[in-house]
Amino acid sequence: MALSGLDIYKLLPKTNCRDCGFSTCLAFAMALAQKKASLDKCPHVTDSAREALESASQPPIKLVTIGKGESRIEIGNETVMYRHEQKFYHPTAIGILVEDTLIEAEIAKTISEINGLHFERVGQTIGVNLVCIKNSSKTADKFLAAVCRVASATKLNLALSSSDGASVSAGLAIIKDRRPLVICEDQDAIDDFINTALEYNVPLAVTSSTLDEASELTAKAKKLGLEELVINIKAKGIASRIQDFTFARRAALRKNIRTVGYPVMAFTDSGESPQELAEAVSYVLKYAGLVIVKNTKKEFIFPLLVARQDVYQDPQKPVQVEPKIYEIGKVTKDSPLLVTTNFSITYFTVAGEVESSKVPSRILCCDAEGMSVLTAWAAEKFTAETIADTLDKSGIKDMISHKRVIIPGYVSVLSGKLEEVSGWQVAVGPREASGIPNYLRGLR
Amino acid sequence: MPVELIKEKYSGAINTMEIGKGAGAVKIGGETTLPFLFEEGAMPNKPIVALEILDTDPPGRPADCGVTLLCVRLAGIHPDNGNKSADDAVKSLKSIAAGAGMPLVITGCGDAEKDNEVLPKVSQAFRGENCLFGIATQNNYKTLAATCLADGHSIIAESPIDINIAKQVNILISDMGFDPKRIVMHPTTTSLGYGMEYVYSIMERARLAAFVGDRMLAMPFILFIGQEVWKTKEAKEAGEIQGINWEISTSVSMLQAGADLLVMRHPEAARGIVKYIDEMMKGAKP
Ligand code: SF4
Repeated sequence: MALSGLDIYKLLPKTNCRDCGFSTCLAFAMALAQKKASLDKCPHVTDSAREALESASQPPIKLVTIGKGESRIEIGNETVMYRHEQKFYHPTAIGILVEDTLIEAEIAKTISEINGLHFERVGQTIGVNLVCIKNSSKTADKFLAAVCRVASATKLNLALSSSDGASVSAGLAIIKDRRPLVICEDQDAIDDFINTALEYNVPLAVTSSTLDEASELTAKAKKLGLEELVINIKAKGIASRIQDFTFARRAALRKNIRTVGYPVMAFTDSGESPQELAEAVSYVLKYAGLVIVKNTKKEFIFPLLVARQDVYQDPQKPVQVEPKIYEIGKVTKDSPLLVTTNFSITYFTVAGEVESSKVPSRILCCDAEGMSVLTAWAAEKFTAETIADTLDKSGIKDMISHKRVIIPGYVSVLSGKLEEVSGWQVAVGPREASGIPNYLRGLR
Repeated sequence: MPVELIKEKYSGAINTMEIGKGAGAVKIGGETTLPFLFEEGAMPNKPIVALEILDTDPPGRPADCGVTLLCVRLAGIHPDNGNKSADDAVKSLKSIAAGAGMPLVITGCGDAEKDNEVLPKVSQAFRGENCLFGIATQNNYKTLAATCLADGHSIIAESPIDINIAKQVNILISDMGFDPKRIVMHPTTTSLGYGMEYVYSIMERARLAAFVGDRMLAMPFILFIGQEVWKTKEAKEAGEIQGINWEISTSVSMLQAGADLLVMRHPEAARGIVKYIDEMMKGAKP
């Protein structure tokens, strides 16, 4: 959180000794605020003031990197509570739990399922990001065996979860190149885990039931030199965890409280699939940087990934569909042609209504920079000229046997001009998409 | 050392509304906090799930899935879908109501003209039953509002994912002498993957405005989840479980944005969400 010149001034010695080269402490503070000077120029600044100033220049929520290379994940460094204020930046990482109590064949099967958990959607590839190996057996050898098996079977990022520092240390010796996240399940073992994380330079998640405890643990780790930390909140009810996530985010963003200024994570606690999905979606929406789930079924993971994709969408940049001709139903050369913009919601709304009309039709989406019909019209992105141009260049002429185009009722004013510039016959459709089925059926 | 947390305390509250009468009546609204943040405020009434059925569905008891409200869409009155008369609509509704034993949400077919012809008669037939009727829009609210006012029902006011229009419709309806506390807002429903996040953010913005005192946005939210979800190919074409999961994920998202009333389609999804709401409400302070 950036400090003002006055905030900085309050932290300076206020002696106006000029050793910094500025005539007063205030002048120096102003220069610092504008990043035109550096703090080392003042030899008299106290350690506590230096710490306060340095922490103020850090992002309020630490960015944590798990893994290496292209598939690495970055979580944290969020700047707002609500997506409409700006946007959410670093999508929640989705991890899958693999317990070391599974036998070899089960691990192999689970991992092969996990490796298939990626999907194409609205032009993006979405998938799970991480496999978390949990030391449920509480024995080191089973844990190590599982770590080896999982690591060799997947390229996904890894997390090691245990209450035993020595087991994790042994695991890290094998997979340190993958830069896994280490999850310390037991507060009493925190010292071992901090040392191990420092030794291997990996991020560490501390586990606790409350933010107060979490804050003590992160303070300790930070003091010993560990920067990349994650706060794992123990199972205690979905609502309670979401409150902790919310309060941690708010304290970090509004008050710059460093000890909770880290990404937060959770393991799902619910048993059966619909309840676990509801739980996981809740954490994705409400600020979790990492959620680790048990279910590996596609029909479970896909909606979870789409929820993440939705909520991390930039509200300033509308989702667009490709501007082109879409065929709905079994179209023939005589099927009606509707024109609309390439704002995804506009398109999907129109497409849905066309579909429910059961009248096979084509929809021509014009490139209106992803704006809705009225907005695009007002911004002159959806005009007689742009529609005529799209009709011309889309190749639609060769696909159909007529030259009739239906425009949205909201832009009926365009019809005369459009007929003139395009040479097409223009019909004015309904204003609301909900009127489309009636309209199309009426054409018959 | 305890962390210095900031807890929001808002001055405004969402309106409370009752649907139905007697022992089976349900209450919604009344929140003084964003969803489920019980450390900051209260949710005196848990969100409610209504199961949606069509008047054209084969007769029989609606599936028992833990819901306490029934939403009947009069799809069969549509000129292109049977063009059922008002009298027939009343008849089928009466028999559905008798079998369900739950309060009713009643919505038209979406054809403004036909809805304006049928809904007043339905409203009269259910006079005093304290139903929730829909759907009023900016361009078509007068007939429905007048009849609900006369017969003692509440009304659903719809806006196209636009906070200003949402407010405008509420004002228009209130200006007819309608008690704002009897209006439920429909901010438009979009499925997961089809712009759910737009509605999510509009709802968050409306809630925050209501909490700092905007009375014309202090209405409970209704979302028609089932209709929208089961239009998508992700729900329809990849097996029933994925469809159920799609409906669940959309519902959870809307609940986390402040939904008070979810109209759902699949009984398994409805059951899952009723359970989820109960789980979330465990955090409520006694
Ligand atoms: S050196 Fe430090 S104490 Fe001296 S004037 Fe500059 S800021 Fe003030």
